Amino acid sequence: MNDAVPSGPLLTMTGMTKQYPGCLANDHVSLTVERNQIHALLGENGAGKSTLVKIIYGVVKPDEGEIVWDGQKVTIQNPGHAQRLGIGMVFQHFSLFEALTVQENIALGLGSAKERVGLRERIVRISNEYGLPLDPDRVVHDLSVGERQRIEIVRCLLQNPKLLIMDEPTSVLTPSEVRKLFVTLRRLAAEGCSILYISHKLEEVRALCSAATIMRLGKNVARVIPAEKTVKELAEIMINMDLHAPTPRPLAPSSAPPRLVLDKLTIRSPNHFGTDLKDISLSLKGGEILGIAGIAGNGQSELMDALSGEILAGKPESVMIDGIAAGHMGPHERRRIHGCFVPEERNGHGAVTTMTLAENAFLSGFTRRALVRFGVIDTKKTSAFAENIIKVFDVRTTGPKAQARSLSGGNLQKFLVGREVLQEPAVLVINQPTWGVDAGAALAIHEAIMALAEGGAAVMIISQDLDEIFVLADRISVIAGGRVSEPVLTRDATVESIGRLMGGGSAPAATGEMEIA
Amino acid sequence: MLKIESRGYESRFWRYASPVLALLLTGATSGLIFMAMGRPAGLTVYTFLIAPLLQQDGFEALAVKAAPLIMMGVGLSLAYRANVWNIGTDGQFTLGAICGGGLALAFPDAPSYVIFPAMVVAGILGGMLNGGLVAWLRIRFNANEILTSLMFAYITQYLLVYLVTGPWRDPQGFGFPQTALFSDDALAPRLIEDTNVHIGILLAPLIAIGLWFMLEKSLLGFQFRVLGQATRAARFAGFRENRLVWIAMLISGGLAGLAGLLEVTGTLGQLTTTLSPGYGFTAIIVAFLGRLNPLGVIPAGLLLALTYLGGDAAQINLGLPNAVTGIFQGILLFYLLGCDILLLNRFRWVPSHAKAAR
Repeated sequence: MNDAVPSGPLLTMTGMTKQYPGCLANDHVSLTVERNQIHALLGENGAGKSTLVKIIYGVVKPDEGEIVWDGQKVTIQNPGHAQRLGIGMVFQHFSLFEALTVQENIALGLGSAKERVGLRERIVRISNEYGLPLDPDRVVHDLSVGERQRIEIVRCLLQNPKLLIMDEPTSVLTPSEVRKLFVTLRRLAAEGCSILYISHKLEEVRALCSAATIMRLGKNVARVIPAEKTVKELAEIMINMDLHAPTPRPLAPSSAPPRLVLDKLTIRSPNHFGTDLKDISLSLKGGEILGIAGIAGNGQSELMDALSGEILAGKPESVMIDGIAAGHMGPHERRRIHGCFVPEERNGHGAVTTMTLAENAFLSGFTRRALVRFGVIDTKKTSAFAENIIKVFDVRTTGPKAQARSLSGGNLQKFLVGREVLQEPAVLVINQPTWGVDAGAALAIHEAIMALAEGGAAVMIISQDLDEIFVLADRISVIAGGRVSEPVLTRDATVESIGRLMGGGSAPAATGEMEIA
Repeated sequence: MLKIESRGYESRFWRYASPVLALLLTGATSGLIFMAMGRPAGLTVYTFLIAPLLQQDGFEALAVKAAPLIMMGVGLSLAYRANVWNIGTDGQFTLGAICGGGLALAFPDAPSYVIFPAMVVAGILGGMLNGGLVAWLRIRFNANEILTSLMFAYITQYLLVYLVTGPWRDPQGFGFPQTALFSDDALAPRLIEDTNVHIGILLAPLIAIGLWFMLEKSLLGFQFRVLGQATRAARFAGFRENRLVWIAMLISGGLAGLAGLLEVTGTLGQLTTTLSPGYGFTAIIVAFLGRLNPLGVIPAGLLLALTYLGGDAAQINLGLPNAVTGIFQGILLFYLLGCDILLLNRFRWVPSHAKAAR
């Protein structure tokens, strides 16, 4: 995309250091991105990837370090400056107005009226050229997540970038959308736009990227060619420990009684742009893990809330926990009949970040662990409960008095999963068990879920991560457009067959009673 | 140049130092204002904050003024911690006074052990009625309680004026807008004979301690705190928001009603058109100065009570207008909210040559 004959690397960063209060986020980090290269930035949560990227995009100013961009030493002042230099970024969370059209959204991101001249034609041209089909007049609200991502990419490409930064771009895509994205990215790289690709999906990095910089605890630990390493080797460099795969579990005996039954669960979403749940019927036995796959925004959060009792079902019988009709019960009553829940969002939903771990242990644990006496909080017992979670789940923290927000994402997730698992539920529902969690913590969470199922609980995991579902689940259903497909045995399913259902194309609507064979 | 940067955590030191800094800044700023008005700054601050206490009955007067402020400030800190923004305690105070006072006027001959407890109940119920209406409007119609509670403050004030100048006016009062005096049996019991030091002065700190325990140690208080910090987490835990809004409005309204009843039975002895010199609004400052902690509200209430006395002294001794009290309180609230930036942030001096070297 740039006409000048290039020489030398596109971007060289050396000695980048950024000190946050109480945390050295980047400690003399180096990064070199060559021209025409798709370069991966790998690391656990909290390894300092996002700080480094924010420095490149001008959001964060480094304390020390030198940036050489296109042969020139630069100080990147702000995102506008980064864009003028030719750096574009597609964030993990999109900034789009749901009620506006594609073209309107793109126009809003442009500075002056001059830039808007011929915008429509340019959108169409770029989207055709790079295999990013988009109708400029569609309203964003009606678009899939993959299409929304295309808007963000097109928005960046309009600026003729030399470097495109992509933050976890595939976490919201179906397998076929991922393949299409990769075609686009390879083509961009071939034409002179380097890509800095941030991901924790090691298989993808191996397939796509020609070089990878791996970070751990704010420092560089390696620069490798991903194709020359196995996924296991990459993961081990990333977290500096040996990984052992979870051992497969035997299937639950078919004679086990159902512990969680949904009968034609139908719920209107309370959110304006939410997804209504339609006629969901499922049955989970004790000892069984059911995985609900699906692309974000297809009713997962509504299903979670309907199961936890945050949204009440119309009929009590549409949600049965251990044979008790619970559709009309709130979360507190459902816990009393042995249901436990881990919502997707940790901050402000599963946990109150400004409260201590002990208070957060109390938040959902007080019912089942009897932490209240005569209306007064039993501080000693609460603290002991929190301490127990910290110990059993190896939560890295200073103790029960630490504020939840002082924990890294992975540690807080371990704490929240531990809080529910240690309540010994009969039914556990987890939405995105390892979202944004490092590999070590993810393994610990997976093992806890399996152990709980082995102990006789029925576990439902709702996840966008197909790998996770294939590792954990005995049976797999797909949620698309608020409907849930009939579960299939994991050993009979393939990534392709599940991926097709996730696209919503040939999803057979789940109707009527559904017992497994 | 001076840079503001995030600490990344909440400073324990500034949690307590920030109100002190706000006080110092308020003293300095009001001193400048007094200087601009041609009065010596030092003398004015002295007149405002110290002279009232040197009076013979200075501490009694302070306690009498502080009691209603503490009661209302405690109720407000509870409500604010739950994100229920009741700013109409002045109205709840007035309705409590009207309900309790009306009972005293209706039964002038009732014996004290019947009439006074009945008035206390009526006062609390009056405040709760006003607060409950606000809660109902928020829950039923999603009406913002900041607006409705404030509007109710005006409605009750006009109701008071109507009653005092109309049906309840003292027939022997020479046409003054006031009711008959309450019977002695209907007055608040005194802690010290022949003074205004009434039972409310004992009650206020007890209520503060009780509600502190409730907020920090009980399941109900925990629910308030979670609701205030993360609504979704409260829903996840199974706490019912509507129920908590009701309770917060009823408690803060009821306490304001009690404060109003004690004010008319403790110091005024009758209903007039101006029962409250803005106590309900000052209580908002009290709640914030006390860090929304019921125990912190006790010293905060004493301090703002002092500004009322100081305002009187400044009027009499220095010939300053009555508005100085409001100005002083307004500056204080401004600095209080402003200084809280130091909780999560710090100022750092970045020498400009360091920047050039980079």
